[in-house]
Amino acid sequence: MTAAPLVRLAGVDKRFGAVRALAGVDLSVDTGACLGLVGHNGAGKSTLMAILAGVLAADHGEMHVAGQDVTHGHAVTQAHRLGLRCVFQELSLCPNLTVAENTRVLHRALDGWGWRRRAAALIRDRLDTIFPGHGIDPDDVTGDLSIGRRQMVEIARAFTVTDTPVRLVILDEPTSSLDAVVAGHLLAFVRRFVADGGSVILISHLLGEVLDTADRIVVMRDGRVVADRLATAFDRGRLVEAMGSVADDDVDGAAAAAAATPATGDRSMGGTPVVRAHPAGAGIGGLTLEAWQGEIVGLAGLGGHGQTAMLVRLFEAARHPGVVNAGAMVRLPAAFVAGDRQSDGVFPLWSIARNISIRSLSQLLWRGLIVRRAETELAETWRTRIGIRTPSVDHPILSLSGGNQQKALFARALASDAGVLLMDDPMRGVDVGTKQEVYGMLRAEAAKGRTIIWYTTEMDELKHCDHVYVFRAGAIVADLTRAAMTEDAVLHASFEARAA
Amino acid sequence: MSALARLAPPRLLRALLPAVSLAAILAAIFWLQPRTASYFGLNLLLNLSIPIALATIAQMFILCVNDLDLSIGGYVSLTACITATWLNDTPALGVLALLLCVVAYAAMGALIHLRQLPSIVVTLGMSFVWLGLAVLLLPTPGGQAPDWLRALMTLKPPYVPFPIVAAVVFALVVHVGLMRSAYGVVLRGAGGNPRAVERAGWSLLHVKLTLYALAGLFGVLAGMALVGLTTSADANIALRYTLLSIAGVILGGGEFVGGRVSPIGAVMGAMTLTLAGSFLSFLRLNPDWQIGAQGAILILVLALRALINRAERRAP
Repeated sequence: MTAAPLVRLAGVDKRFGAVRALAGVDLSVDTGACLGLVGHNGAGKSTLMAILAGVLAADHGEMHVAGQDVTHGHAVTQAHRLGLRCVFQELSLCPNLTVAENTRVLHRALDGWGWRRRAAALIRDRLDTIFPGHGIDPDDVTGDLSIGRRQMVEIARAFTVTDTPVRLVILDEPTSSLDAVVAGHLLAFVRRFVADGGSVILISHLLGEVLDTADRIVVMRDGRVVADRLATAFDRGRLVEAMGSVADDDVDGAAAAAAATPATGDRSMGGTPVVRAHPAGAGIGGLTLEAWQGEIVGLAGLGGHGQTAMLVRLFEAARHPGVVNAGAMVRLPAAFVAGDRQSDGVFPLWSIARNISIRSLSQLLWRGLIVRRAETELAETWRTRIGIRTPSVDHPILSLSGGNQQKALFARALASDAGVLLMDDPMRGVDVGTKQEVYGMLRAEAAKGRTIIWYTTEMDELKHCDHVYVFRAGAIVADLTRAAMTEDAVLHASFEARAA
Repeated sequence: MSALARLAPPRLLRALLPAVSLAAILAAIFWLQPRTASYFGLNLLLNLSIPIALATIAQMFILCVNDLDLSIGGYVSLTACITATWLNDTPALGVLALLLCVVAYAAMGALIHLRQLPSIVVTLGMSFVWLGLAVLLLPTPGGQAPDWLRALMTLKPPYVPFPIVAAVVFALVVHVGLMRSAYGVVLRGAGGNPRAVERAGWSLLHVKLTLYALAGLFGVLAGMALVGLTTSADANIALRYTLLSIAGVILGGGEFVGGRVSPIGAVMGAMTLTLAGSFLSFLRLNPDWQIGAQGAILILVLALRALINRAERRAP
């Protein structure tokens, strides 16, 4: 491992609008080594890998691959020619093609007579080597395969060789859909591949996997590399510690303020919860989500582990208040605050007023028609109450900044008759000032007796919650009270090692 | 699970549905009018399905990348008018004009891709352009088919009627090109998961240019075949091809999204639709009912497919 590094990145910067996804990252990958890369959601791992694979271009920084300077004009084809392969987190197979045809899509060299036979032989050989007993035929249509098998195909495809060698394979959450036995096969293969002089970057939320497989581990947080050591220098505890925040910054004030306003309907007083639901994917085991009136309940854990699905189920259940529907019961009407504003939130062609009033139209009716004046009044009220910065509520919603659009979505929910607010990570891409205003508003609403269920990927926001449920793989794995809620506790619950 | 899916009958049933529909309607016609079950009868029955099948293949190339072509009817009308006038009178000018039509189609594909425009809007707009050009070229029905084209379309090969030979040849050529060739895989992959194809280093612009140019080419062939059969042209001659071609692709097992198309199925779908018209004439139904009855046949087949799909979802 003393040879020159295969890949060397220095000072790589990447911005998406106002968000700095990468802030001067240095990274090197040695020939014949497996590098583990860990970090919480949004730490910048996937962005960094996309830059390495040529899918995104870095704003600043240098990049060398196999001794060549590829800082400028690095693109997918060049990355492929240099032997960089990437298994992206979201599946990048064409579901309408067969396994062999998907192999062809990756390789220009599979052309001319008999390409079909060669492609089939190529992918079959790799599948046999990596996943013995895989049960996949190269002529299977990819869309018909189970998600686990699709992932196996995608991984095997990354290791196929035609005219260019494979030097470095980036595996981004490769085992997320594989069972323990198959994942074991993959990790064993990674060790063999590395022993033969290849390099691998392994990104995984399963820390045990990374600790066992990687030679060196890099920890990222907030777009920076915060630790870079030999794997033997880490253990689970130290990894989690490195991923978490070092200093508790100024959120303590806000949290203290939140603690000062106790929930109106205290759990200890008994009674019935307003919301009660068992995660659908959890089977019989696992914990049940409960929320009382006036509580702010946080849903934590890594992204895509069942939090949004839970919110959607609660929303469905709230159509029939008080009725148990598929294991979920909500006693009051609910309103949903979407996090993905553009696709689930705003009506882009409508005015601000209409965007606010859509959830409350039944209150604005007169003989079946909407009373314009009442609609404008409602919108005006909320504009002043939560400070949407606009000269007039009749302006189009897209004239607002992202944070103010989100405020309008909050206004939509708050203006309604809903007793339960379901929030799907609503602060994505919202600036700090707006966030503080909204936090205050939420506390006030909770104090008035509304129940808030809040999925957030930001640790700081969990400090505003009375209760936090941590999700993993579709189930609730921890139920933390405000007193027990620490970043460490949430991280530990989110990153449980695969059961040995 | 994959072994089960492979053995499960729904998948096979769905693949066979276009062939079964075609056989069913053909059998019904033979039963109603036994004299059609002859060389001459089949020739008459299937003659007009050749241009429709070609237009359906053109439409299939567009559906392959999740777009929809609402201009194919107007386009086939225009190419038919060019064939009946310029190609007959001044062949060089005719060939040049038809080539330009193909180039224009490819340019339309590039525009749709580069500006990320909805294909429905662009092609709907272009359909009026094609139609306007056709009217300018041939204000009143007329023109004449070139003799060689007339001779080709009335060819009498031994044993098998010409329309069947033509249908088999076109279906097989396109099947090999799109379903079996190495670049055909990339073209279909771009309909299934464009991002994946782009990340593998392929140009989506190139893909769209190719598919739209192919659609333009088959549109030209459809116009020529139509004039070869009817011997003269008219600016409105093929307007109904737009909906017929979409119906043909869907009837042939294609889907509106996801790059799931089948050239052999599309040709069979086009033939089924043509035969449906004849079938209704043999029933002595009022011609006014024909369009509606064709729709009913389409609904019947699609309902069958929906049933098969539902069975397939329940299977695993």
